[in-house]
Amino acid sequence: MLVKLEADAGLRLDLKQLQRLHYLYERTSADLGKLVTFASEPETRRYLENLVARAYGEIHETREKPHRFAPLDWFFQTFPQTFRQHAGAWWLSVVITMVGVLFGLGAVAFDTEAKGILLPFGHGNMDPAKRVAREEQDGGKHLEGNKAKFSAQLMTHNTKVSVTAMALGMTWGIGTIVLLFYNGIILGGVVVDYVLAGQTKFLLAWLLPHGSIEIPAILIAGQAGLLLGRALIGRGSRQALRARMRSAAPDLVTLIGGVAVMLVWAGFIEAFLSQYHGPQLYAGKIAFGTVEVVLLGVFLARAGKKSSEFRVLSSGSLLRSPTQNSEPRTQNS
Amino acid sequence: MKTNTLLIRTPEGIVFALPLAGPVTRFFAWLVDVACLAVLSQLIMSAIRMLGWISEDFVTALGILLFFIAQVGYGIGCEWLWRGQTLGKRLLRLRVMDAQGLQLQFSQVVIRNLLRFVDGLPLAYLVGGVACLVSQRAQRLGDLAANTIVVRHPQARQPDLEQLLAGKFNSLRSHPHLAARLRQRVSPAEAAAALQALVRRDELEPAARVQLFVELAVHFKALVEFPPESVEGIADEQYVRNVVDVLFRPRGSAGNAPAPSRSRRAEPVLTQGKL
Repeated sequence: MLVKLEADAGLRLDLKQLQRLHYLYERTSADLGKLVTFASEPETRRYLENLVARAYGEIHETREKPHRFAPLDWFFQTFPQTFRQHAGAWWLSVVITMVGVLFGLGAVAFDTEAKGILLPFGHGNMDPAKRVAREEQDGGKHLEGNKAKFSAQLMTHNTKVSVTAMALGMTWGIGTIVLLFYNGIILGGVVVDYVLAGQTKFLLAWLLPHGSIEIPAILIAGQAGLLLGRALIGRGSRQALRARMRSAAPDLVTLIGGVAVMLVWAGFIEAFLSQYHGPQLYAGKIAFGTVEVVLLGVFLARAGKKSSEFRVLSSGSLLRSPTQNSEPRTQNS
Repeated sequence: MKTNTLLIRTPEGIVFALPLAGPVTRFFAWLVDVACLAVLSQLIMSAIRMLGWISEDFVTALGILLFFIAQVGYGIGCEWLWRGQTLGKRLLRLRVMDAQGLQLQFSQVVIRNLLRFVDGLPLAYLVGGVACLVSQRAQRLGDLAANTIVVRHPQARQPDLEQLLAGKFNSLRSHPHLAARLRQRVSPAEAAAALQALVRRDELEPAARVQLFVELAVHFKALVEFPPESVEGIADEQYVRNVVDVLFRPRGSAGNAPAPSRSRRAEPVLTQGKL
């Protein structure tokens, strides 16, 4: 039975098989108890320990098992619900990035040398006005025959950055904060550079179509990193570290999964729309980006609302763990 | 305190130990996984080359995406489908488990694999290796975040009494009441010592082997005295073998179990004894 269960993660036992497994587990546990008490035969003891250890996880697991693979439900309900559930971490992520943006703005606006040091991807040595003139003339031809490749590179690179932002939460959130702050500096530096050069319209038309999804996605990755850092620090929580990590894990996976989906969209838009420049396109691109921002805002704020209420209700009442249920009894006795 | 085993107490009051895998074993498992990923990458590359006629750009993009998915998804997919094992872990008999001995959840598998981005810094899992050495349960950062441990999963072998005792005539079984008395009087520690002596008999020096079985046979003969005709001409080692057979194998399971008529005859003796 154990071999079958271990070979197939999706295997579900029927009632008779479960009863049989439980019976065998209890009997093996009893035999192991006897053996530990009365004998010193190491091989048999190891064998029984191995059986009990393997069966223990099957018998005593109380966490809800995933029912079926439902990506649409997950993306349109669970993801926004989880986002809203940890809105505090999101706002903190926004604030840290905005501080970085202000720093970048100030540094590039008031220190001419800062631009070359702070801005990556060749922006440090680039004159915005010259770039605009060149790309308007080019009309996006420089990416001809490379758009899909460029799109794939953007998707994978941004996803790696987002996963790193989340994973750096293990440094008590410090690594996540540094990453968000640095992203803010780059964003602020680029923005002020183009605004001061009088290229605000180009900047909006260039950044809004993909940035309206990409920047919130990075912020949500930061939210996940801060959530992980908070679970690690545990300030204000009475739960043990392991319990905090256990409860945070599903939400982290949901957030980073949602981020990955958003970045696929952003990578596609950046390669196939954002890089086409021309005065006649700007209004349309800005409108497209604005619509995206509004839709994303509505999605994150409203999607899955009803289910959210049900979920809170059910987790508060129906899905209580045996430990929670047993606590009052222990106190009474 | 750092330890190489994790003790878990079940609600039934049973304590079992999980042997934790150290950083060196895990590193070798990772090397095997890296080799597997390299092979997988080659396969992807070969498959993509065959699609070259569609569009150079499309095929390159597909390659980038597939490499990324393979890199991130290999660990997640294998550990989820094989219950905590990748190919490397399978080969080195390691398994990822929940730190409390419970079932491994999908979210745990994803988190521990995504945190490889940090554990792998700056190169060759230096951060993860140091964390593994420092942490009490040999956990890298991904394990700490996902609440998982990596345990050694040695093949559990059932003690093979059949191979040890099968096919031999056991004259002690002809006297069930004495065999029952023997079971009653021999302590579990004595029984275990006799079994281990038989299991390891080929590892002993000839003189030591003879001496050991002489001592054991004398000890068991002192506990219960069988009729001389049942033990006559039996070497000490054979005597101990017969004793172990009586102690460890239930009545009727042995190949030379007493005939039914004898068993039936034995029962009244025991009943009379009780009465």
